Amino acid sequence: MPKIKLTFWKTVLIVILIPGVYSLIYRLTHGLGQSTNLNDEFPWGLWVGFKLFSVALAGGGFTLAAVVYIFNLNRYRPVLRAMILTAFLGYSMFIASLILDLGRPLRIWHPIIMWNHRSVMFEIAWCVMLYTTVLLLEFLPVVLERLGWKRQLAWMHTIMIPLVIAGVILSTLHQSSLGSLYLIVPGKLYPLWYSSLEPVFFFISAICAGLAMTIFESWHADKSFQQRVKLPLLTGLGRVLAVVLSFYLSLRAVDLARRQAFHLLLQRRPETYLFSLEILLLLVPMFLLFRRRVHTNRTALYFCSVLTLLGIVANRMNVAITGMLASSGNKYFPKWTEISITLAIIASGFLVFALAVKYLPIFGSMPSRQPVAEPETARGQLPELSHVES
Amino acid sequence: MSKGILYDATLCIGCKLCEKGCAERNGLPYDDTIAAEQKQSEHKFTVVLTRQDKFMRRLCMNCQDPSCVSVCPVGAFRKTAEGPVTYAASKCMGCRYCMLACPFFVPKYEWGKTSPLVRKCDMCADRVAQGLQTACADACPTGATKFGDRDALIAEAQQRLRDNPGNYVNHIYGLNEVGGTSVLLLSSVPFEQFGFRTDQTTEPMPLLTARVLTHVPDVVTLGSVLLGGIWWISNRRVEVAEAEGNADNPRPASQK
Repeated sequence: MPKIKLTFWKTVLIVILIPGVYSLIYRLTHGLGQSTNLNDEFPWGLWVGFKLFSVALAGGGFTLAAVVYIFNLNRYRPVLRAMILTAFLGYSMFIASLILDLGRPLRIWHPIIMWNHRSVMFEIAWCVMLYTTVLLLEFLPVVLERLGWKRQLAWMHTIMIPLVIAGVILSTLHQSSLGSLYLIVPGKLYPLWYSSLEPVFFFISAICAGLAMTIFESWHADKSFQQRVKLPLLTGLGRVLAVVLSFYLSLRAVDLARRQAFHLLLQRRPETYLFSLEILLLLVPMFLLFRRRVHTNRTALYFCSVLTLLGIVANRMNVAITGMLASSGNKYFPKWTEISITLAIIASGFLVFALAVKYLPIFGSMPSRQPVAEPETARGQLPELSHVES
Repeated sequence: MSKGILYDATLCIGCKLCEKGCAERNGLPYDDTIAAEQKQSEHKFTVVLTRQDKFMRRLCMNCQDPSCVSVCPVGAFRKTAEGPVTYAASKCMGCRYCMLACPFFVPKYEWGKTSPLVRKCDMCADRVAQGLQTACADACPTGATKFGDRDALIAEAQQRLRDNPGNYVNHIYGLNEVGGTSVLLLSSVPFEQFGFRTDQTTEPMPLLTARVLTHVPDVVTLGSVLLGGIWWISNRRVEVAEAEGNADNPRPASQK
C-alpha cells in the first residue's frame, strides 16, 4: 500500500464527499419531504435542474461521435474518447440524481414495462436507457484496448457506425425532449423561457455545451495529466462553438421577438436579472471566440469554454427553478442536503474521470495510426494522481 | 355517457359537509382543525374556500383531456369513460411530473413519508362506476354540488346564467378551460379571487407536447438515412484518397 499524499484536490473531494454521503443516507431514510425544500406548489427543484445540465454537458458525446465517425473528420479523433467518457459520466450522474429525486426509487424500472407513449418523460426514460448502453459500447474499445483483446476490438469496429448513428439519433431525441418537458406548462414557466421552440433550444445548446466541455477538459488534461491535444484542434472547436452559439442566441432573440416578450426585459424582476446573466454568459464567449487572438490561445479558449458552460448551467437552472417560481406562489431555495448531494455527485464524476484518464488510454493514443499529441508531450508514462493539484 | 359535477357557489352555505363526505369515502382523517385548512393537500382532496360570505370549492377538475394522463411516464393516470381521472398508485414511481404539469395544481404529494404517493380526488370513480353519485354531491344539503351527465349539467348551468344573470359572473368555469373539465363551476364573484386562472387555453394541454412527439418517428427514420448517407459519402472520399495514395488524407473511421 503506497503512502497516500493529501493534496489540495483530495482534500476538496473529502470535504464534499463526507457531508454528501451523510445527506444521501438522510435522503434515503427520511424521505423527500425531510431532505429537500420541495413542496406541493414547487415539486421540481435543484435535482431536476442538475439533471437537465448534466445531460447537456454530456452533449459532446454525440457531437464528437458524429464529427469523427459520420463526417470522417479524423483530426478531432484525439478528444473523442474523453467526450464519450464525459457523456457516459454525465448520464450516470443523471441517473444517480434521478434515483434520489424519485419518490420511490425502487420503481425506477417501471417505464420498461409500463408504457405511455404520449409522455415526454417516457420517451426520455427510454432514450436514457438506450443511449447509456450505446455510450458504454462506444467506450468499450478503450477498455478492450487496455486488455489487449484484439478479436473483440475488431468486432466492435464493425458495429461502430450503426452504433454511432443510433447514438446521435437518441441524443437528438432526448436532448430536445428535456426541453419538451416544459411545453405543457405555458401558464407556469415564465415567458422569457417558455417557448414552443424550447426543444430546439435545448438541442442546440447541448451541442454548445459539448463543444465547450471538450475545450474545458482538454485544458485540464494538459494541466493535470500532461496529455496535450493540438492547438489547431481546439481552435477548430472554438470557431465552431462561436458559430453555433451565435446561431443559438439569434434564434432565441428571434423567438423573443416573435412572442413579443422583449418588453419583459424592462421589468425589475429576479427573472429579468437571471435571464440577462444567462444570455451574457453566452454572448461574451461568442464575441470573444470570433477573434483570432482568442481562438488561437489555449487559456483564452479555456476561459470562453468556462463562460459557455456556466451560461448553459444558468439556462437549465433558470428553466427548472427561476422560471417556475413566480407561478407557484411559493418560495424555494434548495435545502443544504439537496446541495451537498448534488456536489457529491459532481465530485464523484470528476473523480471517476480523473481515474479513467490515469489508467485508460483516453487522451492521446488512438486506435487509428494518427499522431495525436504534440511532440513535446511526454507519452507512455502515466502521471501520478497527485498531479491533479498542479 | 360522461358524468360531471356542477358546483354553484351561489347555492353554497359553506357547511363543508362535502369535505367530510370526501374524507370518509377516501379514508382520510377529518376534524375541526382539518376543516379549517384552506388548501388542498394529501389529506384533503377537496376544500371549500371561504372569502367573507362567498364560497368556492376546489377539487380535481377531472379534465376531459388531462395533462396528468398524458405526462405520466408509467401511465398511472387514466381518464375513464364515465369522466373520473383515476390514479394507479401501484405504478407510480414518484417523478411528480403530474404535479408540475397540472394546470390547476391538483395532485399533492405525501412529503412526510419515506415511500410517498400522489394523492388527489378521483371523482369517486368506484361509486360512479356503480351508478352512484360522488360522495361530495351525496353529502351536499343544498344542491350546490350536483352530480349528473356532463352535457345535462352544462345545459343547466347555461339555464341558470340566463335566468339570473345578475347573480353570476357570466362564465362556466370548466366548460372550455384546457379543453373542458368534468367539474363545472359557477360563481357570483370573479374566479380569480379564489385563485383560479381564467387565462387558461381552451385547447387541451397535451396537444402542446403531442405536436412535438409526432415528429419522433420522422427524426428516427430521416435522421438515420441522412447520417448513414453522410457517412457513406465521407467514408468513400477517404477511401478514394487512400487508394490514390494521398498521404495527407487520414484513414477512414471504420475498419474494413
